[in-house]
Amino acid sequence: MLSFILRRIAVVIPTFLGVTLLAFALIHMIPGDPVLVMMGERQIDPEFYASALKRLGLDQPLYVQYWHYLLNLLHGDFGTSIVSNEPVIREFLTLFPATLELSLCAMIFACLLGLPAGMLAATRRGTIVDHVTMGSALTGYSMPIFWWGLILIMLFSVSLGWTPVSGRISLEYDIPPVTGFMLIDTLLSGEEGAFKSAAHHLILPAIVLGTIPMAVIARMTRSAMLEVLREDYIRTARAKGLSRGRIVIVHALRNALMPVVTVIGLQIGTLLAGAVLTETIFSWPGIGKWLIDSISRRDYPVVQGGILLIATMVISVNLLVDILYGVINPRIRHAR
Amino acid sequence: MSTPSNLTAADQAANAAALSYPSPLKEFWQSFSANRGALIALIFFAALVLAAILAGVLAPHSPTEQYREHLLTPPAWVQGGSLQFLLGTDELGRDILSRLMHGARLSLMIGVVSVVLSMLPGIVLGLLAAFYPTWLGNGIMRAMDIMLALPSLLLAVAVVAVLGPGLVNTMLAIAIVSLPSYVRLARASAMTELNKDYVVASQLAGAGKLRLMFNTVLPNCMAPLIVQGTLGFSSAILDAAALGFLGLGAQPPLPEWGTMLASARDYIDSAWWVVTMPGLTILFTVIALNLLGDGLRDALDPKLKKLA
Repeated sequence: MLSFILRRIAVVIPTFLGVTLLAFALIHMIPGDPVLVMMGERQIDPEFYASALKRLGLDQPLYVQYWHYLLNLLHGDFGTSIVSNEPVIREFLTLFPATLELSLCAMIFACLLGLPAGMLAATRRGTIVDHVTMGSALTGYSMPIFWWGLILIMLFSVSLGWTPVSGRISLEYDIPPVTGFMLIDTLLSGEEGAFKSAAHHLILPAIVLGTIPMAVIARMTRSAMLEVLREDYIRTARAKGLSRGRIVIVHALRNALMPVVTVIGLQIGTLLAGAVLTETIFSWPGIGKWLIDSISRRDYPVVQGGILLIATMVISVNLLVDILYGVINPRIRHAR
Repeated sequence: MSTPSNLTAADQAANAAALSYPSPLKEFWQSFSANRGALIALIFFAALVLAAILAGVLAPHSPTEQYREHLLTPPAWVQGGSLQFLLGTDELGRDILSRLMHGARLSLMIGVVSVVLSMLPGIVLGLLAAFYPTWLGNGIMRAMDIMLALPSLLLAVAVVAVLGPGLVNTMLAIAIVSLPSYVRLARASAMTELNKDYVVASQLAGAGKLRLMFNTVLPNCMAPLIVQGTLGFSSAILDAAALGFLGLGAQPPLPEWGTMLASARDYIDSAWWVVTMPGLTILFTVIALNLLGDGLRDALDPKLKKLA
């Protein structure tokens, strides 16, 4: 088991190094003087320029610069924002819980709707139910989610007034961040109505972000289910006289879940990319909005650090899914 | 009424038809047109292409002309709408239908250019990786893994952050981002072909590496690549619209669909049509392309058909 895990980690290291190289190159590929790019200044007096050149190490040969960059990363130094003068890693860690909370709720929404939809379509294969479900899944899968967000705001926030338009919580509440998860923090703070307000703010963004994963999960569940329902043991169960619902939910679902779980794990990339759009629409203070704002502010150290941190996260989650898959399924663990 | 000699001639023809296989094109069409969804998608897509090509003639107005006295006119079927502007006008009084038609040009161009720009190098790199599996192949595949570590939209955002926003850079960014999928697919299908007898045979017959790659192996790898190209087309349109929406893609006043939505945001409480129309166009186009991709996959790769 240990050797399996180590082998997986060894495969990931070159990928991670490559991503650092990509992030490093980013600053040097931006047209213009890297000192000006890193300092965010247009006019700069020569003395200050020279000191900045030295301080940022930009007078060194590229490979030395890269080496220093790597060393800094290992010490947790992901650069400093030009705009706020805060370390990038600190900004990331403050904003990340908001994105995580949104993504988790989106995933829960996607599973709650996607799994039953896929099961329903599989058990009613070829009927109108199947066609409607899969048609909706195709629509969800093709959805430009930035538009979907606008439409839902137009419908539920503007016309019906059910949900707020943007943000994480009403301004009247001042919730001290404990965990960074608004839903938990509002409960801890004990303020009346705060939790309700936070939940209200979360509903639409979670639906928008969860739409594509939901469609993917529904499609995957359906095809995995169809595969399993064809197996002999299902016929045996039926012959034993078990009810249809019991066969589907207890016997078939357990085996069909395997590929579905993998797909759920692989959705992390979709979620993070979607978070960029969803957070922009709903002014959700997470890392997606942070990244886009930094690009428009030309805060390149944040862009560089943020991209590296997000890539690191995707790599780690994929690694985790890989390892978990090996833990669940010995056939994969012992392959080669 | 037919004479006995006619009958035998017809019989012979029938026998010949039964014995010979239908031409590949005909076989493909039979299989493809049996899929009703794909057929509807094809018709929709053809109409879109036509609208894009003929936008200059068909569009009722210029996409940039501002009718100052018709700001935010609702669509024709709503009260207050006029037949002059079928889908209404936007906040600057521009005709939405005309902008969508001209926008179709941009979106289709983005799709075609970025698919070609990523598919051609992708095929070459994939074949190289398959034919030289040791250091070159490994190097190529590791590089692709790095690109896959970032979600495609985020990588595109990073590329645009470097190159600067704009239509050309959007196409470049999307081409770069979708490169890995073609490389992986080309390599995987070439690898399965490489062990087959016909490849060995032409190798023994003295075919050079280049001939083997592009003349012998590549034609047999095209089916999955074509399917991937169609799906890549749809995600290119979606990603380009997303970049446009974020203000990182095509810049106003270009009538790119996503860019149109970015400026429509301020009117969600007053003019629903400004928000709805561009989004619906994107949605229908992407659905059509995905259906087309599914149809092509079923028709070109019958092995996969039975699974779904």
